[in-house]
Amino acid sequence: MKNLYLIAYLDLKESLRAKWFVVYSLVFGGLIALFFIAGVTESQVMGFSGLSRLLLMYIQITIVILPIFILITTVRSISGDRDNHILEYMLSFPISLKQYYWGKIIGRFITVYLPVLFAMVIAIIYGAFKGADIPWNIFFLYTGLLFAMSSAFLGIAFFISSFVKSSEVALGIAFFIWIFLLAFIDIALISLMMQNRFNEELIIFIAMINPMEIFRVAAISLFDPELTVMGPVAFYILDSMCQGIFVLVSIAYPLFIGLLFAFLGYKIFEKKDLV
Amino acid sequence: MIKIENLTKKFGAHISLDSVSCEFNKNESIALMGANGAGKTTLIRSILGYYHADAGSVSINGRDPIKHRVEVLKEISFVPQLPPPIKLNIEELMHYISISANVDKDKIMHYANEMKLDLATNMKKSFFKLSGGMKQKLLIAISLAKKSDIIIYDEPTANLDPKARDDFYRLLKQNEDEKVLLFVTHRLEEVKDLVNRQIYMDLGKVVSDEKF
Repeated sequence: MKNLYLIAYLDLKESLRAKWFVVYSLVFGGLIALFFIAGVTESQVMGFSGLSRLLLMYIQITIVILPIFILITTVRSISGDRDNHILEYMLSFPISLKQYYWGKIIGRFITVYLPVLFAMVIAIIYGAFKGADIPWNIFFLYTGLLFAMSSAFLGIAFFISSFVKSSEVALGIAFFIWIFLLAFIDIALISLMMQNRFNEELIIFIAMINPMEIFRVAAISLFDPELTVMGPVAFYILDSMCQGIFVLVSIAYPLFIGLLFAFLGYKIFEKKDLV
Repeated sequence: MIKIENLTKKFGAHISLDSVSCEFNKNESIALMGANGAGKTTLIRSILGYYHADAGSVSINGRDPIKHRVEVLKEISFVPQLPPPIKLNIEELMHYISISANVDKDKIMHYANEMKLDLATNMKKSFFKLSGGMKQKLLIAISLAKKSDIIIYDEPTANLDPKARDDFYRLLKQNEDEKVLLFVTHRLEEVKDLVNRQIYMDLGKVVSDEKF
């Protein structure tokens, strides 16, 4: 276990010094600052106001930028080390591949999750200081959703990193996955729906296996428990499960996806040539 | 100590090692030579357990370096041809090595001093920011401090000035007893006083193997 913690600790220290981490932290911290400066907490849209409104905006932007940030900063983790021969040297010491791989994942998870969490904590503290009501249910839901979302994309990134030899190709694949999950699936499904080729339930099911989609729907579920803003998706989801179960699924499912891909990545890392 | 039997390694259609067989035993210092692409680095990486062989086997003290990598790598020190751009600072790198391989940090400092490398004032400096020679000296100091039975050097003196090369060979002379020393080199004249065996590889095969 000491080697696992050692790898996690060193990866964390290395990441904290990296320029990408500074940018990453500034983006999420800056978003919150910008919302306060812009007076988002004083505005009211769709019945949401105060800190709830701010957190909703934060999560909507996070849906778009968090996955790509995680993918591009993590996807080169192992493939980059392989590329520039760091892996060749670091793995010449008696450390098991399991400890190396999972240690890297733990270290990187802390690096990518803490800034997004801290940004929300800062918002809550500042909001409380200003005398706003604290929407704890939304805060805890978002903490869980961001945890699950970070896990999902970290797992996918490590999976890519484990089999790609060049970090340029890894970046290309990461970008494709992001844009595919963010936009192409929706566009493709809408066009299929318009052509009436498949039944709607199947199309909505395909949409809901996309972790970004489930994150998006869950993020709004506490504001709008009947999911009226989601249109036909709401009928399908609320027919299939109650709101509480849906929230649990929206956290458990991306977490499962992340662990599954991380595990598959480990199996590839173990079975392939290391350098 | 190291037994290689009919080892074949292919990368796509290219055969990097073609049924190579050889043994390296205690108290042997071997110069592994050959043109670029002869298969020297592939052979070394196979010994370190980085490559899955297409055929044949490698065993280190009777152990498979892939299945028993932790036990096998406790016995091996390795210095690559080009120091990798590790972003950890020297203190962190030494911490990694002391925890993972149980190497005494004072020993690393000792061998670094012997190599005329001032570590104390550079502890917070990232490894990749050191000069080429300093990096190589540190990797050599680590390899000696590890007290392994097998020491593998892939062109270790490429970045060293003549004085540092002398220091390196002097330290190796003091530490070569009861070990296997494996040098990948293009300059036999530099290591001829150290080695007692010379292997020449070409196109993935061992074409000559002389002991003296």
